[in-house]
Amino acid sequence: MHIFANPNRFLGIARPLTPWLGWGGAVLTAIALLSGLFLTPPEQLQGESVRIMYVHVPSAWLGMGGWTGIAVASLMQLVWRHPLAAVAARAVALPGALFTAICLVTGSIWGRPTWGTWWEWDGRLTSMLVLLFLYIAYIALAGATADRAGGSRVAAIFGLVGAINIPIIKYSVDWWNTLHQTASITLTKNTIDPSILWPLPIALIGFSMLFGGIVLMRMRALLAEARIEARLKRMADA
Amino acid sequence: MKAKHQRLVLALVAVGAIIGAAFLAMSALKDTAALFRTPSEVAKGQVPIDKPMRLAGMVVPGSIARDADGVTIRFLLTDEGATAPVRFRGITPDLFKEGSGAVAEGRLGADGIFVADNILAKHDERYMPPQMESAMKSEKDKAARQGRRP
Repeated sequence: MHIFANPNRFLGIARPLTPWLGWGGAVLTAIALLSGLFLTPPEQLQGESVRIMYVHVPSAWLGMGGWTGIAVASLMQLVWRHPLAAVAARAVALPGALFTAICLVTGSIWGRPTWGTWWEWDGRLTSMLVLLFLYIAYIALAGATADRAGGSRVAAIFGLVGAINIPIIKYSVDWWNTLHQTASITLTKNTIDPSILWPLPIALIGFSMLFGGIVLMRMRALLAEARIEARLKRMADA
Repeated sequence: MKAKHQRLVLALVAVGAIIGAAFLAMSALKDTAALFRTPSEVAKGQVPIDKPMRLAGMVVPGSIARDADGVTIRFLLTDEGATAPVRFRGITPDLFKEGSGAVAEGRLGADGIFVADNILAKHDERYMPPQMESAMKSEKDKAARQGRRP
């Protein structure tokens, strides 16, 4: 990770990588979603609404993965004073919030026909909503304190503390009895029939690549912004 | 180098403390954060009477019965340990079926019957295509079905 400590070296890698992640992710996502719409069978109880899974699960994964990324970047910023860590954390926040919102909305749409309710205050749903609020708070906090060189320390501490919600989301369905079902796929078991499951890994890879592309784009934009501000400052001083 | 290590130790200790605090909070929440109570808790008398709450379990196969008025149904919820009778007047979700999970929202009556004013269906973590269901139908399942409709 220290290889990327230098923003210029980072840009040298990020610039060519962005279109590969973006377009590759878009193609894989399209393949997965079209397969999920037309090639897989409906589910015996849920019927056609099972297809929401191909959007819902990758979104949930990225919502949680995004905050994990913010937490790791925040730790690196606090401990190693990594110049890019704060930029990375800020860049992840917006797409992370977006995918968390997509997860909540698709889950709600699925819940209505399946459970008979749009929303229920169960452990999984509530902790995921808390994650969305954490993202919004992080974006506000990082935005309000962004002018400090080396990134905002308050935002980094918040990013680290907020990470405690991630295991709570993951284990909410095991700790408490919830309306949301327990995990279908764990290290030792899979309870989704292969005929329904197969587009899901493609969607996970596709969504993740898209996410990575968006993050790199936003990091480059934030770095360019910082550069413009530095130049304007120099011009004003001169 | 020294300051870096100091910060690392400080950060790790802080993270450890937060995890510890959260773990304590979560285990304290264990009962109150539960979305629903179970028939076993009703059987043990742990569920207060006439307080709004949810009761969940599996709908006992063959237990759904319709009253003469045509809109009131009675069924049994079980959690392997105990069984609780439920009465509900209204429309049930499509996934509400015998042998699947359901959540009843309502109050426990003094007579031990749970009166629900809303029913939610619970979906478990198993996802099967329709043709798989008929192929994998176990003999036990079939026997239960035949027993229900002789």
